[in-house]
Amino acid sequence: MTLHVVPSSSTASPAVAVTNLRRAYGSRVVIDNLSLRIERGEFVALLGESGCGKTTLLRALAGLDPIDGGRIAAPRRPAVVFQEHRLLPWDSLWRNVALGLQAPNARERAAAALAEVGLGDRLDDWPRNLSGGQAQRVALARALVQEPELLLLDELFAALDALTRIRMHELVRELVATHRPGVLLVTHDVDEAIALADRILVMREGRIAFEHRTRGHGAQSIARIELLAELGVAAFQPIPA
Amino acid sequence: MLLLSWLAPVVLLIVWELLAQAGWLSPQVLPAPSKVIRTAFKLVVSGSLLNDLGVSLLRAVAGFAIGGSIGFALGILVGFSRVAEAAIDRSIQMIRAIPFLALLPLVIVWLGVGEVEKIFLVALGVTFPIYINTTLGIRQVDPKLIELGRVQGLGTLELIRRIILPGALPSILTGVRYALATAWLALVVAETIGAQSGIGFLAMDAREFLRTDVIVLTIVIYALIGVAADAIACHLERRLLAWHPNYGGAR
Repeated sequence: MTLHVVPSSSTASPAVAVTNLRRAYGSRVVIDNLSLRIERGEFVALLGESGCGKTTLLRALAGLDPIDGGRIAAPRRPAVVFQEHRLLPWDSLWRNVALGLQAPNARERAAAALAEVGLGDRLDDWPRNLSGGQAQRVALARALVQEPELLLLDELFAALDALTRIRMHELVRELVATHRPGVLLVTHDVDEAIALADRILVMREGRIAFEHRTRGHGAQSIARIELLAELGVAAFQPIPA
Repeated sequence: MLLLSWLAPVVLLIVWELLAQAGWLSPQVLPAPSKVIRTAFKLVVSGSLLNDLGVSLLRAVAGFAIGGSIGFALGILVGFSRVAEAAIDRSIQMIRAIPFLALLPLVIVWLGVGEVEKIFLVALGVTFPIYINTTLGIRQVDPKLIELGRVQGLGTLELIRRIILPGALPSILTGVRYALATAWLALVVAETIGAQSGIGFLAMDAREFLRTDVIVLTIVIYALIGVAADAIACHLERRLLAWHPNYGGAR
């Protein structure tokens, strides 16, 4: 039960390479011999029903849970954005963004990151004065200010209302295009996965059961039906116009 | 509304004064408020009141500092270490079950009736509320925030400084406020027995000579200092917990 996050420093290395990962709670195997490689700049969405192991995988990649077998090779510590914003209520926004940042110019870098998510004028504000969407934007800034090679997003849109969610999709797309980390987005929303990802994985019973590369807009409806079928929503009928 | 809330106490004071002036209230039972004020003035001018007040405050501060430090240190230890909790928490809880003033006779046997005994009693009263609220505060820190700290790469010390202590602070300050009240109570009791100086000594000395005006004055002083201590604690909460929706008020 030890952590096997092996640092690898070659520039050609992927954002993360997982080989034969195994994780079990007692006799229940949650992740079963799973291998996965995410390149830098690649946006991967991970779909799956509740309890399929997708959150466990994310937590293992984040180094939050020990693994029982296999190997996770990542050049640096990944950044994580959780479903809840997890801002420290006692710190101003810039201090939240700079949390764990080892740099003499932490405030300037935090300010730049906050400006990137459209909150550049709220540096000294408290988290409690933010809306849900704004708080998630600060959480994104906090993750990106670390210049991660791997960005883990744990259902970060799930608690947002529909309009805020669409705006957040745009923002995440822009930020990822600028910073080009490898991204693993855990979600249960097929449309979100199609809208954002270069590659969509469906996880089932601790394994990656299905893989789909998005091929532009024309193939989206087919992809949607296919993915929903993989998720067990078989009798899916398009709503008549 | 503010005016109305002050009306009752002011009327009561006036009625008290009038009753005393009319001679319906014996000065031996309850002296007139004006008499108490005159006595206060005289004692301030002679210097003895300020001297006794200083002695009492010093005892309170010393006892609070000692008891507070011990309570805080034990609270931190038990809050962070399951081993320390298993080793000492039960014993502390058992001692806590004793009303600390019940220990007074024993404390006097151990330490006599000098300064040490008084400071010890105050410290004893302060230790437990600080201990309990520190432990509780640390336990109540959101584990999700601690997890976040790990994800952001904080070391243990930074995790404590940036996340655990700020998260425990509301609870710790509640403990401080409660401890201030206990400290005062301990002081009153300790000073009533065998004191050679201090506000309590002033009261007991006055009792010998049936100087009810001085006794009432000491009661008022105890009350005022209690109110002042609470105000300081309140101010501390407002400043340190400005981020907290329940304390900080409007931004």
